Amino acid sequence: MTAAILLWSVIAAQAMLVAAMACYAYRVIRGPRAQDRVLCLDAMYVCAMLLILTIGIRTGSAIYFEAALIISVLGFVSSIALAKFLMRGEVIE
Amino acid sequence: MTPAENLPAWAALLTAVLVLLGAALTLVGAIGTLRFGSFFERVHAPTLGTSWGTGAILLASVVCFSALGSRPIVHEIMIGVFITITTPVTLMLLARAALYRDRVEDDANVPPRTMLRRRSVNAAAPESGDEPPRG
Repeated sequence: MTAAILLWSVIAAQAMLVAAMACYAYRVIRGPRAQDRVLCLDAMYVCAMLLILTIGIRTGSAIYFEAALIISVLGFVSSIALAKFLMRGEVIE
Repeated sequence: MTPAENLPAWAALLTAVLVLLGAALTLVGAIGTLRFGSFFERVHAPTLGTSWGTGAILLASVVCFSALGSRPIVHEIMIGVFITITTPVTLMLLARAALYRDRVEDDANVPPRTMLRRRSVNAAAPESGDEPPRG
């Protein structure tokens, strides 16, 4: 019984995270300006990381944790690079 | 669905509640990003997902894997610390870039440069401006 509750709540959580990614993707495509697009790309990598963590909870495998860690590290670097590009027009000065 | 049968009931229910809480908060943040009008309002919305959205799902993962392994497994805290440190850095840099871009384009909705800067400009050239020339 509790196994079914856990399975269905993880599936519902994955659906909600995918819906959140769809909202951010709409803002990335239709965003009025470049900073909106960068903001929503930044939020999308957090959503992808959470989605991978819920897949890890669903399968009980510890491999997904490392994928989530790599996404959180590389997403931060890419967002910083994009913000620097918006500020100066170049990434490395 | 192999791991859930091995979980005790309290751990399964706690994991389910925490996962649902985190995903719902992330979804609320995403909807806020759609509904807010300006960029400086929009920059607040995704932090709902990066604070307690991430926190609750990470706690669910900690509870699930600790109950599965029957020993405390807390390496998910690393992701939590990393997201907590990096999100303000990213968003402050992005907000400053957006403010700079708006000022370059002379947008009337953003505040002007700081009072300190303006005062130092006035102190550097006090004669120019509002005082009429004597004599």
